[in-house]
Amino acid sequence: MYRMRLKEKITEALLQLSAIFSVLITVAILYVLISESYFFFSRVSFFEFITATEWTPLFTQKSYGILPLVTGTVLTSFIAMLVALPIGLTIAIYLNVYASPGFKKVIKPVIEVLAAVPTVVYGYFALMIVTPFLQGFIPGLSGFNSLSPGIVMGIMIIPMISSLSEDALHAVPQNLREASYGMGATRFQTAFRVLVPAASSGIIVSIILAVSRAVGETMIVAIAAGQQPRFTFNPFVPIETMTTYIVKVSLGDVVHGSLEYQTIFAAGITLFVLTFAMNIISFYLKRKFQEKYE
Amino acid sequence: MEKLFSLNHLKDKAFLITGVISTFFGLVVLAIFLANIMIEGIPRLSLDFFTSLPSRRAENAGILIPLIGTIWIMVLTSLMVIPFGVAAAVYLEEYGAKNKLASFVEINITNLAGVPSIIFGLLALELFVRFLGLGKSLMAGSLTLSLLVLPIIITSTREALKAVPRTIREASYGLGATKLQTIQMQVLPSAAGGIVTGIILAISRAIGETAPLIVIGAMLYITSPPTSPMDDFSTMPIQIFNWLSRPQKGFIVNATAGIVVLLSITFVLNGIAIYLRNRWQKQVKW
Repeated sequence: MYRMRLKEKITEALLQLSAIFSVLITVAILYVLISESYFFFSRVSFFEFITATEWTPLFTQKSYGILPLVTGTVLTSFIAMLVALPIGLTIAIYLNVYASPGFKKVIKPVIEVLAAVPTVVYGYFALMIVTPFLQGFIPGLSGFNSLSPGIVMGIMIIPMISSLSEDALHAVPQNLREASYGMGATRFQTAFRVLVPAASSGIIVSIILAVSRAVGETMIVAIAAGQQPRFTFNPFVPIETMTTYIVKVSLGDVVHGSLEYQTIFAAGITLFVLTFAMNIISFYLKRKFQEKYE
Repeated sequence: MEKLFSLNHLKDKAFLITGVISTFFGLVVLAIFLANIMIEGIPRLSLDFFTSLPSRRAENAGILIPLIGTIWIMVLTSLMVIPFGVAAAVYLEEYGAKNKLASFVEINITNLAGVPSIIFGLLALELFVRFLGLGKSLMAGSLTLSLLVLPIIITSTREALKAVPRTIREASYGLGATKLQTIQMQVLPSAAGGIVTGIILAISRAIGETAPLIVIGAMLYITSPPTSPMDDFSTMPIQIFNWLSRPQKGFIVNATAGIVVLLSITFVLNGIAIYLRNRWQKQVKW
């Protein structure tokens, strides 16, 4: 009996350690990003980093303004959201309000296949199929641009918005829906005046998570958006995102400990702070939403 | 009144049509992409393509090394991440339901799941490649991907455990089983289908990853397949990226053929996962 008790205790401790291990990963990420960026910011002024509009750490004429990389990331993510948001939300509402439960059950995992395709493959699509196709309409479109990878990335994140928003709509109590139909409202009116407002925080969570995903996306933009940091919102010219810059430096021979090496951690911590803020906001919104209906 | 009535119905119908179009939009675009890939890539697939080493000449180059690398990554990552992920999920779901630690761990896992994969690459570059001195080895690569997919496995395992009804646990306690026995003999077997589905999806995600492996320096010219976890390696996505970044048409064709192989692996894994999930849901009617 005593041995059994001991075994129970030891197992529980081991399981607990595994759970704590995941916290150590976050601690390690923070430590690595902060310590390397600390060296970076001891050599480059923080003010220059966030205000200068040129990013040329690998050139002889060096400038360390992160803004061109930030605009690159914002531009591609914005284009992706222009595609994913209307389509994803329409799918969520259609599946929840109009489609039969049987159809919904089949089609939801099928749409999720869009998110299972490796991103390097989407990069190929953007570079080799979508860009040449768009060049047929937009004569000035450069071979590398933010429009094409933005659109392709949008297609990739459709399921994030459609599935999570559909879950949120699904969680709205049935009696709200029935009350609306009982008042003679159409499905369209019920969807937009009752269900969407009731599920709004869940829908916002899905949108924030999709933006966070787009901001962190690497391969599609690294392959198809170019590698030229440019402080612009023009979607037709080559740009560079924060993620692409990290890939570019990783592909070259940069000496460990050099300022060039530390730039990727400075770009990394900027990326981390942006996505971390979005993830935390969505976590608390989601929790609030769950409390409301559970 | 009559007019307003019909306008509302018109909107209703219009949205129905928009909904159907939206639902199939992404899938149709994907289908066009896939058709394009298959037309370009399938003619390049031959036995030689699977058994050849890399080469400066596109027509001689093959995927032997990256394919073996991908298989290694799959096995090593599974071995490392499954025990940790399932154990953490069991703790959170079965033991730590309400304590502070569990809720902190939960916020942390949600956040980790949203950290961009390239950040895991930066972590791995400092921690595995330099600090632990693993270099650009398979071991460093699979550790990186293990950390990346750990939150996915924890989350899906928790979902599967959550689906096991209380009554099964209580019946087990009622028969005098301890907590550990209940988990081992009742809860885990009941949740197995869901757990395995989550694991397969996570591994499929891991083998499709490129960015973190590039950051740890895995894009190298390797001339022989890895034979131990400490060897340098390449994987399918890395090889595809490598070929895509070359100007010659021949390498682009190689990339499409590589994509056909990678997508086949991804879709087979996803297919198995969906099949298992459906069978599990049908079999267990609580």
